[in-house]
Amino acid sequence: MNTEWFIVLSALLFATGAMGVLIRRSPMVILLCLELMLNAGNLALVAFSRMVGNGQGQVFAVIVMVIAACEVVVGLGLIVAIFRRRLPLNVDDLRELRG
Amino acid sequence: MEEVLFFTAALGALGGALGVIAMRNPFYSVLALIVHLFSLSALFLLLTSAFVAAAQVVVYAGAVMVLYVFVVAYVGGGGESAWEPIPGQRFLAPLLGIALFVELSVAVLSSSLLALGTEGPDVPAGFGDPAAIGHLLLEKFLIPFEASSILLLLAAVGAIVLASNRREAS
Amino acid sequence: MSATAWAWLVLLFPLLGSIVIGLGFRALPAKVAGVVGTVSIGLAFACGIGALLSLLGEDPEARHHASALWDYASVAGLDIKLGIFVDPLSVFMVLVVSGVSTLIHLYSYGYMQSDEGYHRFFSYLNFFVFSMLLLVLAGNFVLLTVGWAFVGFASYALISFWYRRETATRAGMKAFVINVVGDIGLVLAAFLIFRELGSFDYGTVFERAPETFTTNEWSITAICLLLLVGAFAKSAQLPLHTWLPDAMEGPTPVSSLIHAATMVTAGVYLIARTHVLFELAPTAADVAAFTGLATLLVAATMALVMTDLKRAIAYSTMSQIGYMIMGVSIGAYSAGMFHLMTHAFFKALLFMAAGSIIAAMANNQDIDRMGGFGKAMRFTSITFVCGALALAAFPGTSGFFSKDEILAFAEARGGMYLIFTMLGYVGALMTAVYSFRLVFRVLPGKPCAEAQELIETGHVAHEAPKNPATGEAEDTDVGFPGSEHHIAEQSAPMRVAMGVLAVLALVGGLIQIPGVDDVVTGFLDPVWEGSPLAAIEPSLGQDYVGLGIGGAIALLGIGIAYVLYVARPELPGKLETRLRPLHTLFANKWYFDEAIDFLVVRPALAIGRFANRVFERLVVDGLVSGTEGTVRGAGGVVRAVQNGFVRSYALLLIAGFAGLALYFLLSSS
Repeated sequence: MNTEWFIVLSALLFATGAMGVLIRRSPMVILLCLELMLNAGNLALVAFSRMVGNGQGQVFAVIVMVIAACEVVVGLGLIVAIFRRRLPLNVDDLRELRG
Repeated sequence: MEEVLFFTAALGALGGALGVIAMRNPFYSVLALIVHLFSLSALFLLLTSAFVAAAQVVVYAGAVMVLYVFVVAYVGGGGESAWEPIPGQRFLAPLLGIALFVELSVAVLSSSLLALGTEGPDVPAGFGDPAAIGHLLLEKFLIPFEASSILLLLAAVGAIVLASNRREAS
Repeated sequence: MSATAWAWLVLLFPLLGSIVIGLGFRALPAKVAGVVGTVSIGLAFACGIGALLSLLGEDPEARHHASALWDYASVAGLDIKLGIFVDPLSVFMVLVVSGVSTLIHLYSYGYMQSDEGYHRFFSYLNFFVFSMLLLVLAGNFVLLTVGWAFVGFASYALISFWYRRETATRAGMKAFVINVVGDIGLVLAAFLIFRELGSFDYGTVFERAPETFTTNEWSITAICLLLLVGAFAKSAQLPLHTWLPDAMEGPTPVSSLIHAATMVTAGVYLIARTHVLFELAPTAADVAAFTGLATLLVAATMALVMTDLKRAIAYSTMSQIGYMIMGVSIGAYSAGMFHLMTHAFFKALLFMAAGSIIAAMANNQDIDRMGGFGKAMRFTSITFVCGALALAAFPGTSGFFSKDEILAFAEARGGMYLIFTMLGYVGALMTAVYSFRLVFRVLPGKPCAEAQELIETGHVAHEAPKNPATGEAEDTDVGFPGSEHHIAEQSAPMRVAMGVLAVLALVGGLIQIPGVDDVVTGFLDPVWEGSPLAAIEPSLGQDYVGLGIGGAIALLGIGIAYVLYVARPELPGKLETRLRPLHTLFANKWYFDEAIDFLVVRPALAIGRFANRVFERLVVDGLVSGTEGTVRGAGGVVRAVQNGFVRSYALLLIAGFAGLALYFLLSSS
């Protein structure tokens, strides 16, 4: 398979994830969508790594996974904290930034 | 054979992704993401990166998704209403998604990277296996590796602080 | 000890006195405060004598010294020192100021005895003397300005001394505002001097001026005219004189010290001090001379009709200062300074006597109600007559010699300056008439109620004091002469002060008899060294003819006053009806207050109102609310975007990202 297929698929997944972030209101699902975007990035990294025949891109993919894990941990921690405070689990209801 | 594998995995990944954003219940979203992650690890295998694929399955589909399932079970799923409070969001979000996709594809495909049309060079056996990645991580990328491990530690501590049951004195 | 060391001591004592009394007013008993105040000024006077002796011990050519304590400011080409300048002129002024001040402090010691603000009064008065001495001794224009502003403040504080009295506070403000006009003139003049000559120091300025300026060059004329603004405001010359009569609201010792003997003569000193500049700008000098002449005549006419005892004397002061300004402007420097000295003696004395009478009248100052004080207050009357004789230039008294010096000089200078001599004699006639008008209205005749009571019981009980101007009851809590009388007859310090001044007023002129001793001229001459005008000297013949004419005019004036107010007392009323318009003009002070009100105050108010109504409302408010509206509108627009939905922000973020990517794609293809 040519590399461009993987790249196009990665772009498609990334756009899907972004769309999900914009549409969904549950913080948990938004986190999932972020995972989608990160994984799309990973796919591109690994595809390029294969394209140039160099393992370094895969190392980056591994590190991105670490970052994603961190993000998940903190994000889920936040969700649990929000839940504990009996605040609504809906990003639209958290409107402190309203001008 | 390879094409069949690719399209199957690609369909799985795409379907999983669409499932994540389409399912009303977060629990189903998580399940869809697991499908997506497994498909992705298959794609990684197609790209001869065994370690990344394994890590994808073990770390993501295993540990992280279990965490998700626990949290969803803890806070309770509960779908969200269909009502969209922000005018135009329903319409603009897909539009922007499509724009992003087109732009990214055009950006990559119209670039002068000639190797895009190839599968890439022949790689020696052992490319992308744990040993190769391990060498790279501990030899060439030691500092990013250590930095990411510190980041993980900090995230763990942060998560404990955030989610702890401790009430503020006030 | 050197002259400059003495001079620093002269400055030190009054300042110390002011601080000690001002800070120690709780600790010091009233009497002690009075003693401290008087003694500190007395010490200043003694140091002044020390400086005089030290100067006299030197070669006449070398009798000028500059001394600096420290640098006041030293930056890029500007070097201002806290320095004094000691020469015969400043020492002369120091002696006059501190000498008369000592006597007036002594007088105040008795006069203010029952006043609640006794400490405050002495602290202010000492501060005033310090400021005045600073003004006189200053060695550069900056320090001069400082002293100039300080005396203005002291004058304000002392005019408004009885601060519960509204007329007094208003008068104080008026004096202060007009004095500030003068200060501005002086400051601008100092700036110009610095710009043209690059220095503020007297020595440097007077040295460089003749080399830098050609005669009547615009810049030197501008400098001199600005100096004159300062001099006129401080010395109450037309048209900046209106504050002086109102300043009589202050306690009488203040009128005597500040508004007769010392501060108001600062303008004369200023012109004499900067005579080098004025000789380079004869036009400005002529302006000063004619203003002096005009003031002398106008003020004399006002003094002729005033019925307020203190105000009449105040107008007389203006008129006499007119003589001095005229004198120093036409070049009769020594004569002008001599008149300044004798005037300080007799005018201080007149005010003191008037204060004594006013105290007996329970603060009533209307001469129409007075009469018969000759019998009731013998000592006061005698001193009053002494002062009036000197003011009227009765032959042999101090005013006789000093006034004539000026007029004789004008005659000797000749040409246009003969006008000054002739009109000066007209003024002298009026002076004699008005001074004896006061004497004849107040002293002889049937005693008024207060005088009668004084004769019978030796004491007057009078009701709670009232403001003579408005009739309101006075607030005596914060300082006001209570119902006690402080008249010279009952107070030894007042008697001493008035006695000494009476003697000086009578015989003070003897130190400067033309051709006989010439003490003042001899002492001051080194100051005017090199001045072409000072070289002009009236011949002895001119001097004595002038003295003869002056004496005859004084006697004539006293005679006229006698006829008008004693022999045929119905005449003034008749004259008044006959010359109704003239009398109205004089009695209304030539409508100067109204003119200033019309020409300056009203336009200023109108401009202010216009600015408030049009400029402020439309432009400023328009700008402000316009800006506010714009910001508010823009904020409203931005606010709509800030809807608080995080997903909205995310949408914008991605839209921005998509747009940016689009831009790069388009620009790279």
